[in-house]
Amino acid sequence: MTGPSTSAAHEDVTTGVAGGDGNASATRITPGNALRPEDIALEVRTGAIRPTDDAAEYALRLGDDALILAQRLGHWISRAPELEEDVALGNIALDQLGHARSFLTYAGGAWDKSEDNLAYVRREHEFRSAHLVEQPNGDFAVTIARQFLISFYQYELYRHLMGSTDATVAAIAAKAVKEVDYHRDHSAQWVLRLGQGTDESRRRMIHGLRLMWPYVNELFDEDPLTLRLVASGITVAPAIIREEFDRLTGQVLADADLEVPDVPAAPGGGRRGEHSEHLGYILAEMQVLAREHPGANW
Amino acid sequence: MSPHGNPEVPAGAAADVIRGARQVPAGSRTPEPADPAPTGPAPVQAPGSPAAAPEPAAWDLWEVFVRSNRGLSHVHAGSLHAPDADMALRNARDLYTRRNEGVSIWVVPAEAITTSDPGTKGAFFESPQGKDYRHATYYTKSEGVKHL
Repeated sequence: MTGPSTSAAHEDVTTGVAGGDGNASATRITPGNALRPEDIALEVRTGAIRPTDDAAEYALRLGDDALILAQRLGHWISRAPELEEDVALGNIALDQLGHARSFLTYAGGAWDKSEDNLAYVRREHEFRSAHLVEQPNGDFAVTIARQFLISFYQYELYRHLMGSTDATVAAIAAKAVKEVDYHRDHSAQWVLRLGQGTDESRRRMIHGLRLMWPYVNELFDEDPLTLRLVASGITVAPAIIREEFDRLTGQVLADADLEVPDVPAAPGGGRRGEHSEHLGYILAEMQVLAREHPGANW
Repeated sequence: MSPHGNPEVPAGAAADVIRGARQVPAGSRTPEPADPAPTGPAPVQAPGSPAAAPEPAAWDLWEVFVRSNRGLSHVHAGSLHAPDADMALRNARDLYTRRNEGVSIWVVPAEAITTSDPGTKGAFFESPQGKDYRHATYYTKSEGVKHL
């Protein structure tokens, strides 16, 4: 800093940054404090927390949804229509990856497995993600349609999970819900823009929604696990989330002058490890390095 | 860098030059249209300008100002492209507040900003140098004056 000393002193007072480095960024960077996957890993390792088998299975589902979605979204980096949108989708992918790390770390506590172990060495039929998140990116409108559905679903789900009887699930949801709220805003903005943009953008938005809508039902499926989780207060009845999901997505579609597509529901099966042809390719790309060089560090 | 501009420090490109902003050279009240500032950056084509032709409707340039804490002022953080203000604000959030930098963002169309011309810095900013009588410390306090 070659400037007058008074200026440096002034900076100390206003920003609290010692030294007042004149070459520092105009804005100040801090890590902030929020629940991190490392904190969960520590508590799992020391035995402070350990999920029940049901809670672990559930965390695995939520973690796998987020992980596969993150992998799909990451593909957009350097390929989005604009640099700024590249960063936006990249940020959303990283948020999802963060949620996946937390959920998988917690789930692994029940089986003494790390997040990396669960992400990189499980086989296709061991993944519990829904079919929606493994659907191909398609064009930008198709990806926005997928984001629209998953973000409104995740927002309602996490909002309710903040009151979960499982304290760790509640804590992860409380952190994730703010991030997913932004994903919701991002996708809704684009649904409105594409739906009311040019004839071509509207055609593509309608096409994207028709491609993705068949996979909505699976998100709200009830099976023996969800019924037990609802009974123990770990999660909320899917029908309650579905009601809000339908209302809020319906509002955005109405504003965009779009309709809920009249398409039959896909059979699903992701929660039982039955996946479409897409997941194998996603896993091959995601896992190749870890499988090729087990335990590698850099 | 001091936000008020320190003449002893060479102009940092990011701090002094706003791409796409109009520049007003010192000494001429009315900018002469046929006189492009030679030291300025390559001018960004205004939308609809004939020379910008091949790209279909490129997104406009916006300048981003971030406030890091309550009570501080907004500081210029950088620029970005966006089709309108709503998206500029969201893009700014994604590009410039990823590491907990801010509690408030302003976005301003770059072409709405009029800047001083870095090439005429001498005339604009160097004349106050050596005029220490413009500072209160130049003067001796008269006896008997309290609380000055």
